[in-house]
Amino acid sequence: MSEEVKLMKGNEAIAHAAIRCGCDGYFGYPITPQSEVLETLMEVEPWKTTGMVVLQAESEVSAINMVYGGAGSGKKVMTSSSSPGVSLKQEGVSYLAGAELPALIVNVMRGGPGLGTIQPSQADYFQTVKGGGHGDYRLIALAPASVQEMADFVGLAFDLAFKYRNPAIILADGVIGQMMEKVVLPDFKPRRTDEEIEKECPWAAVGKPKNRKPNIITSLELQPDAMEQNNLRFQAKYKAIEENEVRYEEIMCEDAEYLLVAFGSSARICQKACQIAREKGIKLGLLRPITLWPFPTKAIAEYANKVKAMLTVELNAGQMVEDVRLAVNGKVPVEHYGRLGGIVYTPDEIVEAVKNKLM
Amino acid sequence: MAKFKGAIVVNQERCKGCRLCVVACPANVLAMSKQVNAKGYNFAIMENEDACIGCASCGIVCPDGCITVYKTKID
Amino acid sequence: MAIEDIIKPENLVYKKPDIMNDNSMHYCPGCSHGVIHKLIAEVIEEMGLVENAIGITPVGCAVFAYNYIDIDWEEAAHGRAPAMATAIKRLRPNKLVFTYQGDGDLAAIGTAETIHACNRGESIAIIFVNNGIYGMTGGQMAPTTLEGMKTATCPYGRDVKLNGYPLKITNLLKELEGMRYVTRQSVHTAAAVRKTKKAIRKAFENCMDGKGGANIVEVVSTCSSGWKMTPEKSNKWMEENMFPAYPLGDLKDKDANI
Repeated sequence: MSEEVKLMKGNEAIAHAAIRCGCDGYFGYPITPQSEVLETLMEVEPWKTTGMVVLQAESEVSAINMVYGGAGSGKKVMTSSSSPGVSLKQEGVSYLAGAELPALIVNVMRGGPGLGTIQPSQADYFQTVKGGGHGDYRLIALAPASVQEMADFVGLAFDLAFKYRNPAIILADGVIGQMMEKVVLPDFKPRRTDEEIEKECPWAAVGKPKNRKPNIITSLELQPDAMEQNNLRFQAKYKAIEENEVRYEEIMCEDAEYLLVAFGSSARICQKACQIAREKGIKLGLLRPITLWPFPTKAIAEYANKVKAMLTVELNAGQMVEDVRLAVNGKVPVEHYGRLGGIVYTPDEIVEAVKNKLM
Repeated sequence: MAKFKGAIVVNQERCKGCRLCVVACPANVLAMSKQVNAKGYNFAIMENEDACIGCASCGIVCPDGCITVYKTKID
Repeated sequence: MAIEDIIKPENLVYKKPDIMNDNSMHYCPGCSHGVIHKLIAEVIEEMGLVENAIGITPVGCAVFAYNYIDIDWEEAAHGRAPAMATAIKRLRPNKLVFTYQGDGDLAAIGTAETIHACNRGESIAIIFVNNGIYGMTGGQMAPTTLEGMKTATCPYGRDVKLNGYPLKITNLLKELEGMRYVTRQSVHTAAAVRKTKKAIRKAFENCMDGKGGANIVEVVSTCSSGWKMTPEKSNKWMEENMFPAYPLGDLKDKDANI
C-alpha cells in the first residue's frame, strides 16, 4: 500500500493524528496560532466516525479540567492552546500530575510575556520543563521540528503518558503550527473499548463494580507521611522516565568542533546554518533535543569532551541554555543566541553568532 | 386503628451529639446521654422508650447516619 | 412490648444506606453535608446505579465526600467540577455523573464552569450546598453570604457597598435554556429531607433518561461552626434569615412546564 502523503499545517496534522491514534476526546478554546486544531476537528467531525468527543470549552481553564475529568475516567484525552492559554491551564496540569493521570497538552507557543504577540516564540521552555504549575512535578515534553513530527508525536505522547501515568506535552511553536508541509499521517488505530480501558487503567473512575474498592482520582493527601510517600513515588517515576525516554537527534556531529543545541523550528534553521558554516570551513554540528524533559543531559555532557564550544539557539532570551550549561558543567563555553518578539533568525545570522560568540 | 411501636439503635461511637434527632422526634423519645463517647460527645439515647412510634424522623435528620429504626404493629 | 422484641431484622424501617460506609465523617456536629451525603447514597442505591455512578467532589468541606460514599469519584480543582462532569458524561454517556459543590466553589470561583455546563445542557446533576459561608477555610464570606451577615472576612456584616449583593445563582441558572430542572430545598426537618431526596432522585433520573438537560438541586444548609451557633439554633436562624433570601421550591422543571 502506498503511503498517503498530504499537505497540511502542523496544527491540522495534530488534529488528524489525534483522530487516527484513537483519541477519545479533545477539549479546546480558540487562540492564535493554534486555533486550526479545534477548527480542523470541528470540520472533520470525528464523533460521526470514531466516536471521538470534541468540545469547544468556555475557557482554557475549563478545557484542561475537562481533560482532567476525562483522563480520570481512563479516556485518552487532550487539549491544545498557545502560551497565554497554557498559562491558564497550569492549575489543571498540576492536578493531572498530582493525580497521576495520562493526558496530552499541546502548546503552540507565541511570544510573551502577557498578551505578547501572536508571532512564534520558544519562551515557554521554562514553563514546560521547570514546573509551570505548583508542586514538584514533571511533564514529558516533546518538541516537534516538522509537520511530520507534529503528527507522529501525538501517538507517541499518548503512549508515554499512559505508560507512566503522567501528563505529556507537545511543545511546538507558531512556525511549526502554521507551516504547511507534506506529511504522512499515522495509520488509523481504533479507540479502546471500555473493557480494554478497564484492563489498561484499573485505577480509573468508571463506576465501581461490586468486586473492587472505589477508585478515587485525587491529588489530595493531608497526612504528611502519606503525602511524602506520594511525592517520592512521583520522583521515582520521573527518574525512570529520565533513564528510559530521552530522545534527541544528532546532525553533522561526528567531526563537529562547535555544537549548536536547538529544538523545534530553531533546529531546522540550525541545520541549514550547519551546512553554510561547513561551506565556510567551520565544523559545526547540531544536537536537537526531541524530549525537552527528560533532557539529553548525558549526550550533551559527552559532547563537552569533544567540541570547543556550544551555542544554544532559541526563540527566547536564553532558557534551554541553562540546562545545557548544567550538562556541560563548565567544561566548555556555552553561549546563547536568540531573537525575541516574534522575529525568526536566518541561518546566516546563526552562523554569524557562532563566529562572534564561540570563535 | 392499628398502633405502632418503635425502637431505635444509636451508634453511640459515631454520634456527635448534635441534638438534631432530639428536636426532630415528634414523640419526645430522645435525649442526650450524661456519659460521653470516645470522642467526648454526649450521644443520643431513648429516654422515653415507650413513646417511640418508629416514625424514623430521628434517623432521617441524623447527619452522621447513626440511627437505625425498627417498627412493629401492635394490636 | 420489650425493646428487644422490636429490634429485629423484620421490623427494620430505617438505616443508613449500605454504600455510606462506616468511616467517621470529618464534618462538625449537625452539619447538613452528612444528611445530603446520605440522600445521595440512598438514591444511588435505590436506583441501582452503584456500578454506574461517578461523583465529583469539590474543594471545600465536602472535598472528602469520597471517603464516605463507596462509589467511584474524581476530586476537582476549586470550582471546576462542572467542566470535569461535562467531559466524563460526554465520554461515558451511560453513567450517572454528578457534582457536589458548595457556594464558594459553585458561585464564586466556578461561576463560569457552572453557567456554561448548564447552558450546554449537559446531562449532569449538580448538588449545590448553600450555607452562605466558606466552611473549610474557617468561615469567610461567600458569594451567597446574606447582607449584614458576619463572617471572618466581613466581621462587621456583609456591606453590599463593599462586597456586592448575595448571589442568587440558582435564579440565574433557571434562565438558561440548557437547564432542565432547578430546585431549592433544605434538610432541616424530616419532611424537608424527604422532599430533598425526591428532588435528588428526579435530578438523577433526568441524567439517565437520555433526554439531556442540566439539573441542579440547591440545598439551603447550615454551617454551625461558621455561623457560631448550635445546630439546633442554626436551623432556626436558617429558617428566619436564609429562607427569605433563598425561598424553597422548584424554580424550573421543563418536564412539568414550570
